[in-house]
Amino acid sequence: MKNDSVKKVVATGIGAALFFVLARFVAIPSGIPNTNIALQYGIQTVFAVLYGPVVGGLSGFIGHVLTDMSWGGVWWSWAFGTLVYGVIVGLGANKINIKSGNFGKKEIITLAIYECIANIVAWPIVAAVGDVVIYKEPFKLVLAQLAVAAVADFACAMIVGGLLLFGYSKTIAKTGSLDKE
Amino acid sequence: MAAKVLNYIPRDSFIHRLSGTTKLIIFLSFSFLCGLSFDTRVLLVLLGLSILGFVLSKIKLSEIRVMSTFLVVFITLNFILLFIFSPEYGCEMYGSRTVLFHLIGKYYVTREQLFYQFNVALKYVIGFPIAILFVSTTNPSEFAASLSSLGIPYRISYSVSLALRYIPDIQSDYHEISQSQEARGVALGKDVRLFERIGNAVKILMPLVLTSLNRIDEISNSMQLRSFGKKKTRTWYVKKKMTAADFGVIAFCIIMFTVGLIITNQGGSNIYNPFVR
Repeated sequence: MKNDSVKKVVATGIGAALFFVLARFVAIPSGIPNTNIALQYGIQTVFAVLYGPVVGGLSGFIGHVLTDMSWGGVWWSWAFGTLVYGVIVGLGANKINIKSGNFGKKEIITLAIYECIANIVAWPIVAAVGDVVIYKEPFKLVLAQLAVAAVADFACAMIVGGLLLFGYSKTIAKTGSLDKE
Repeated sequence: MAAKVLNYIPRDSFIHRLSGTTKLIIFLSFSFLCGLSFDTRVLLVLLGLSILGFVLSKIKLSEIRVMSTFLVVFITLNFILLFIFSPEYGCEMYGSRTVLFHLIGKYYVTREQLFYQFNVALKYVIGFPIAILFVSTTNPSEFAASLSSLGIPYRISYSVSLALRYIPDIQSDYHEISQSQEARGVALGKDVRLFERIGNAVKILMPLVLTSLNRIDEISNSMQLRSFGKKKTRTWYVKKKMTAADFGVIAFCIIMFTVGLIITNQGGSNIYNPFVR
């Protein structure tokens, strides 16, 4: 148990560092001008599934705030969106036992459901309320931005996160995987 | 590839000599007041103060050129988008309508809309010198110490300092992996189809995630060997002593924050409305 809590502290830090590096320095063009594929949410998904809601939420939040700071100016409403997103995906992690090496159809569907809920709650709800209340931006504009963000993040987190988790599960020897020759 | 994480610029100035805790309080009180207030007078005072702080820090404009360019582009884009999406939003907000001239179709330039957009731009501009001030005058090693002195649990503060410590390492890992994958023909450029591009990104991220997971095991083992988390509190290697100047600045921030909030909420809402007769 003790070992677990130290590991969570480290995982939060490393997860935040990965989030920062991908958000700040890695730009993969999506084809739409000025929009990049947000790989960092794929990584956040992996950390949320591997280490649970606290690590999932905090690593993203710290990474997000550090990234914003390096540009000058923290966008709190979106940072809290990232926090909520990680926590919700992390809550689903209890249902996906990745450490057993199983990542099949059932796990993928579970992940998709939680990703869907997380993206809806994090962007069109948490971040939108923040933008409208704090920054008094018109609801129409915020909704347009956040709907795009939610759909893009869902696709990205699902594809990138899912593939990474699948790859990770292959590195774990399953119980009872030994064959008698 | 020089990995400059948060662009700390060491120098001897009044702001640099303040402790990290004080600078964090300045940063938080400014950005929260700026977030909560839509009162133009309060915002203008905040802008003046943040520019004053910037001048005191002896940071030159040429040292932050990249960030300022980004800010200008961002504000311009936001300004245009705001107008395209809701050209009448300012009128709704201030409850009056003074048309200056007709632009095209349903787009009228009104004084209220311009004033509203000016306020939004002002909010972004204020945040900028303050964030720069904090980032470029605070030693990253002191960052964690100042977080924990504000009452944030030291485990979380330690996570932040771990993140700052490992960002350069992970950055160079990423660089190495992506170059060796590129040598194998894995490309991320614009000439690759979108789905292939995402697949290629995963081919780079997979080794990055696996090495990071190994790294987490390594670090947490060595932290455990050094009894991390045994006690309820911990001390920090880099921590400045609070001086009279620190207490003065903190007191000023608290007063500014309360007075700012009181002025903002005077009329029952956080909007300053010059259009009401």
